[in-house]
Amino acid sequence: MNIHEYQAKELFEKFGVATPKGVAVSSAQDFEAALSKINTTAGIMVKSQIHAGGRGKGTFTNGFKGGVKFSPTKEKAIENAKAMLGNTLVTAQTGPEGRKVQTLYFTEAANLGKRPDGRDDEYYLAILLDRATSRPVIVASTEGGMEIEHVAHHTPEKIFKVQIDPAVGIQAYQARQIAFALGFSGELFKQCVALVTKLYQFYWDKDCAMVEVNPLLVTQEGKLLALDAKVSFDDNALFRHPDIVALRDLNEEDPKEIEASKFGLSYIALDGNIACLVNGAGLAMSTMDIIQHFGGSPANFLDVGGGASKEQVTAAFKIILGDANVKGIMVNIFGGIMDCNVIATGIVEAVKETGLKLPLVVRLEGNNVEAGKATLANSGLTIVSGDTMADAAQKIVKLVNQK
Amino acid sequence: MSILVHEKTRVLVQGITGDFGGRHARLSIDYGSQIVAGVTPGKGGQVFEHNGVKVPIFNTVAEAAKQTGATVSAIFVPPPFAADAILECFDADLDLAVAITEGIPVRDMVRAKRAMQGRRTRLIGPNCPGVVTPGRGDKSHGGCRIGIAPGYIHKRGKVGVVSRSGTLTYEAVWQLTCKGHGQSTCVGIGGDPVNGTSHLDVIKLFNEDPETEAIIMIGEIGGSAEVEAARWIKANCKKPVAGFIAGATAPAGRRMGHAGAVIGGAEDTAEAKIKIFQECGISVAATPSDMADALLRVWRG
Repeated sequence: MNIHEYQAKELFEKFGVATPKGVAVSSAQDFEAALSKINTTAGIMVKSQIHAGGRGKGTFTNGFKGGVKFSPTKEKAIENAKAMLGNTLVTAQTGPEGRKVQTLYFTEAANLGKRPDGRDDEYYLAILLDRATSRPVIVASTEGGMEIEHVAHHTPEKIFKVQIDPAVGIQAYQARQIAFALGFSGELFKQCVALVTKLYQFYWDKDCAMVEVNPLLVTQEGKLLALDAKVSFDDNALFRHPDIVALRDLNEEDPKEIEASKFGLSYIALDGNIACLVNGAGLAMSTMDIIQHFGGSPANFLDVGGGASKEQVTAAFKIILGDANVKGIMVNIFGGIMDCNVIATGIVEAVKETGLKLPLVVRLEGNNVEAGKATLANSGLTIVSGDTMADAAQKIVKLVNQK
Repeated sequence: MSILVHEKTRVLVQGITGDFGGRHARLSIDYGSQIVAGVTPGKGGQVFEHNGVKVPIFNTVAEAAKQTGATVSAIFVPPPFAADAILECFDADLDLAVAITEGIPVRDMVRAKRAMQGRRTRLIGPNCPGVVTPGRGDKSHGGCRIGIAPGYIHKRGKVGVVSRSGTLTYEAVWQLTCKGHGQSTCVGIGGDPVNGTSHLDVIKLFNEDPETEAIIMIGEIGGSAEVEAARWIKANCKKPVAGFIAGATAPAGRRMGHAGAVIGGAEDTAEAKIKIFQECGISVAATPSDMADALLRVWRG
């Protein structure tokens, strides 16, 4: 689960990680009041709150450029805010349809410190799981304010990593290793050690999947601040964090994915025109792959899970058909334990209930498969049977391309 | 021989009184596996009965192991309590704990994996279909089935199968069986980012197993476990290996059902992994329908 920057920073503050002071607003009539709560003498940052990166370089569909704007005065901040709020921001990560900005975040602009070479004094800090070692890893770099993938590719020596032993948690020497690696001394060194330690505590206590601060910066006044904050949580751990669940913003999620989750279905929309309905995540992924392999284009990932019921199959069909791009459906079920005839009956009922007119190819395999195939064949519906995944994929691609 | 488990392996089931655990305990008993104990805290002394087989239930894993000689546990405990169930197996010094449970928090697994260090117990999973060593009877009856895989699709034979995904494993197994090729052991290592046993761990076991003559390795996008295994295979493996990687069409940054199946970096993509498989001499299946054939291109059977 992802949260907004302003929510992440509120959590940071609770854990003692310093951020620039800010106020979130979701209505234009609150702009004045919000701005009166922060110190605007050094200017204001107006920041669009969406769950996607690249906001600063994004463009609104109304032509306004930049989802994050420095505003020297309150008046300018309100002008910028009016251009952003309620409008759709397109960034490198949103896709062409963009995201509607429903919340803005006003923050006090920080006086960026400078390095001797004149560059802004910005750093990178992140905490996530290192899958190779199954331990949390803290990643730090002196090269903040840019994409970390770029730094990793061109100057890997500027990326510093510290692994945390989950049995004992973060140790003081490890926080010092990071502060040394980032080149801090004196007061800033102490601030860095404290910040890293508190950020790790937050990551661990709240079951974060990832915490990323980019940039972490030093102000002209000598303060270390988390200027941006990107936080995501482990969905499997949300049951023990009602405070985090309360931060979920359904506006940022695909309504079809939300609907699917109500039926225990895992659904992700893609760009293609052949929908698929599969049991099991690995099989669902490879069904998408095989459609593409034979020249088609998958419209979605849809895993009905291990025990697909009639209700689930019907719900899955409805969700699939809610995508106007879909021109055909491939069902791929390996009914190892579950009865293929139950699935087949579910498919027939779903087709009748939804009045499906699109080509449908069904591949059934496993327990009681003969009865299942007979149910499909005797249904009076035009359901094409596929004997193997390859056979089914080739048939649906052909049927869709004929249209 | 087989790896990890064999026909006579004595198995206990944690969560046998739940719907999920109970259903699969019954299926394992029907398959002819030695389900000798159940563990549900607070229900010690009760008996789980199926088709004339009486399975005693214990309060703790240690007691179940001591009383029945069980050496392996199948874990069907709900996610909030699953890591605790795993740790209890370590403490009881079992040979093997197979965690079927899907949805265990990553933090719990990070701690459990750390606690596993220095212990004798091996963990398979979590979020996995389990382990099957097929039997020699009709439809492979009499084998050791731990977890949720359909038993009848198997056939006892010479191919080792290792995979993160359940249904994709069944697909490979069924292709082999339909072509007349049996399996030594099939291991589902699970789709989570933190798991007890890696592709490489299982490949090493297959490499040393005299009964296993050839291997199918099924992987996914996300992480570098398949790459690590492929490089080891190139340098050390004596047996022919076929491979498949799922997720060629998955968009970056989106989690594809499995908690571990998400493209993070350039090496996580299906394309990158397939290229490394090919460089390491693994026969790559172009589609999931081609897994058995990909193996038969490099192994005569």
